[in-house]
Amino acid sequence: MSASTGPSRPDPPERGATSGSPESDPLRGSPEAGQGNGPAPSGEPLLSVRGLKVHFPVRRGVLLQRVAGHVRAVDGVDLDVARGMTYGLVGESGCGKSTLGKAVLRLVEPTAGTVLFNGADLGGQSPERMRRLRRHMQMVFQDPLASLDPRQSVESVLTEPLRAHGFTGDRSRRVRELLDLVGLPSGAAGRYPHEFSGGQRQRIGIARAIALNPELIIADEPVSALDVSIQAQIVNLLEDLQEQLGLTYVVVAHDLAVVRHVSDVIGVMYLGALVEEAPSDALYAQPLHPYTIALMSAIPIPDPEVEERRRRILLVGDLPSPVDVPPGCRFHTRCPFRRPTRCADEVPALRETRPGRKVACHWAEEIAAGAVRAAAGAHDPAATEVGTPSS
Amino acid sequence: MSLAQVETVAPEEAGGSLGRDAWRRLRRNPVAIAGAVLVVLFVAAALLAPWLAPYPPDKPVGQVTPTSIPGPSAEHWFGLDDLGRDEFTRVLWGARWSLVIGVVSLLLGMAGGLLLGLLAGAFGGWVDGVVMRLVDMMLSVPGLLFAIGVAAMLGSGLDAVMIAIAVVNMPVFARLLRGQMLAQRRSDYVLAATAVGVRRRRIVLGHILPNSLTPVIVQGTLTLATAIVDAAGLAFLGLSSNDPSIPEWGRMLADTQRYLSSAPLLAVFPGLAIIVAALGFTLLGESLREALDPKYRR
Ligand SMILES: Nc1ncnc2c1ncn2[C@@H]1O[C@H](COP(=O)(O)OP(=O)(O)O)[C@@H](O)[C@H]1O
Ligand code: SF4
Ligand SMILES: [Mg+2]
Repeated sequence: MSASTGPSRPDPPERGATSGSPESDPLRGSPEAGQGNGPAPSGEPLLSVRGLKVHFPVRRGVLLQRVAGHVRAVDGVDLDVARGMTYGLVGESGCGKSTLGKAVLRLVEPTAGTVLFNGADLGGQSPERMRRLRRHMQMVFQDPLASLDPRQSVESVLTEPLRAHGFTGDRSRRVRELLDLVGLPSGAAGRYPHEFSGGQRQRIGIARAIALNPELIIADEPVSALDVSIQAQIVNLLEDLQEQLGLTYVVVAHDLAVVRHVSDVIGVMYLGALVEEAPSDALYAQPLHPYTIALMSAIPIPDPEVEERRRRILLVGDLPSPVDVPPGCRFHTRCPFRRPTRCADEVPALRETRPGRKVACHWAEEIAAGAVRAAAGAHDPAATEVGTPSS
Repeated sequence: MSLAQVETVAPEEAGGSLGRDAWRRLRRNPVAIAGAVLVVLFVAAALLAPWLAPYPPDKPVGQVTPTSIPGPSAEHWFGLDDLGRDEFTRVLWGARWSLVIGVVSLLLGMAGGLLLGLLAGAFGGWVDGVVMRLVDMMLSVPGLLFAIGVAAMLGSGLDAVMIAIAVVNMPVFARLLRGQMLAQRRSDYVLAATAVGVRRRRIVLGHILPNSLTPVIVQGTLTLATAIVDAAGLAFLGLSSNDPSIPEWGRMLADTQRYLSSAPLLAVFPGLAIIVAALGFTLLGESLREALDPKYRR
């Protein structure tokens, strides 16, 4: 999916608040714009995350609950998402993808770091300001049923955002419009979530997310709870909506196969941190981080000649707990390319090894050049495989 | 837009809200029917006692001596009690008292508990900490013992009994509502509502609270059963009203203790009545729980 120009938006909920076009940027110059970050220059990313951390305290004890440690769910993430683009965020389950998404919307409070949206800092905003700012960034959830109040009719689900932001127009017209946009019949309005199939529920969740004409949508594993046969339909719907409404996406997945075709840029996460970030095509052509290499080796390659030469790299050991993130390189306990001392001692920064490609590995260049070989243990049949192979 | 294929909406046979769904399952459950029949019997007896009862509940209607208390007969279905009053009449009127005591103490306890639970669940933080420590303390004392203590402290009487039972039930409801609300608060639909800008007050009152009430309704039904048993227990121990003319099942049990050998049925009838009432609410509550459980939902 790539940027679309001149989106033809349906009636925005608030008069004249069309977002997306530079002159009516919802944050810029508005009273919501936050503590003067200055007007955003036009090449600036829509979303810019710096050093974002979310640590959850682990409490022990019955009466006096001591903090016994922290779950480092998100542990220092930097990323930029350009307007109109799709950023694919991939990583094993539990690596902090959902928490990262929620922290961007401040649905969970970050422990550290900044989130700039349209150049405005979302940190330190009052709850009421944040409430109003969130209308420009929405979320689609992994479990569509859990994301819908079982007692709420579809009509109520879709009018709630309109009411909350003082939409004075014809609400039921807007509901029909939204249902039409996501491919549901207008008769769905009076029904309740449990009456729909999984795919339909996700369409309802998507309709709610676009109800306020947001600019950014964070889709947290939008299809992983759905039947494989339905997944493509929902992915297509998201692509169509992006084109029609000029949306910017962060699409989260635990599986490289899902985000491959929709993403412009892909970030690979491991234990709360980005280990590699690259344009989608480049990442698939040549993964640079050992973790990405291992993930990728689990995907069969359609080209039989390449498939012939494909070596499955299996990872040894279990995923470490996010409470005890390994020192040095966080991947070193499982890395087949690990080399003595430096990997375990020094944290590799996420650095640009070649234009547009960022890798957090000390030996990225050497591995890419074939100068460092995977350890024999990596091919141990007992070793665990990461990621879910695409089917 | 070009959606290749759109799944069609396939409504469930009856469709509609969760409530209707649960109602359908409830109607098909024989346990629920049995519970409902017992509850209807009990409530009908309570409401219609003045019209159904063949005799006045507080006046002797036949001759008795401590050694000869007439048993069941055509005129007196359950026989006479130790003071010559019609036992059937008194069991019917007893239902009325049980219902009043049960419902009033339930409502009081539920109101207090829900208020505490709502405070804890809505605010969290130190409010939650204080409320929950209080609740833990109250729950650490066995229920009936706690009720006896409270009733004795308040001095005996019907008010004391109702307040004592209410106080005992308060922490149960507080903990239940608070737990439910905290669980709901973390749910995705609450996050989704927050994301679309629904205000906190509306989220708590419009989403979290209604979705937390289902187990409260179930617990309320079950608590009615224990409240009736507890009320009888307190009356049996002499902690209820001193007025002998009030036909209270627990008190009737206590008063006939001395005649257990000559007129054992005098203990059986109020005992059975207590069991019928408590069993009715328990069966109904358990089947409600099952009917409302989302696990059983399609
Ligand atoms: N509210 C929370 N309190 C404590 N730990 C949490 C909380 N939310 C998530 N976590 C932990 O943070 C880690 C990352 O979770 P999550 O962001 O859901 O991962 P993902 O979406 O990648 O599967 C997990 O170990 C999870 O158990
Ligand atoms: S820094 Fe070392 S342990 Fe980490 S990924 Fe690179 S080679 Fe592996
Ligand atoms: Mg997740």
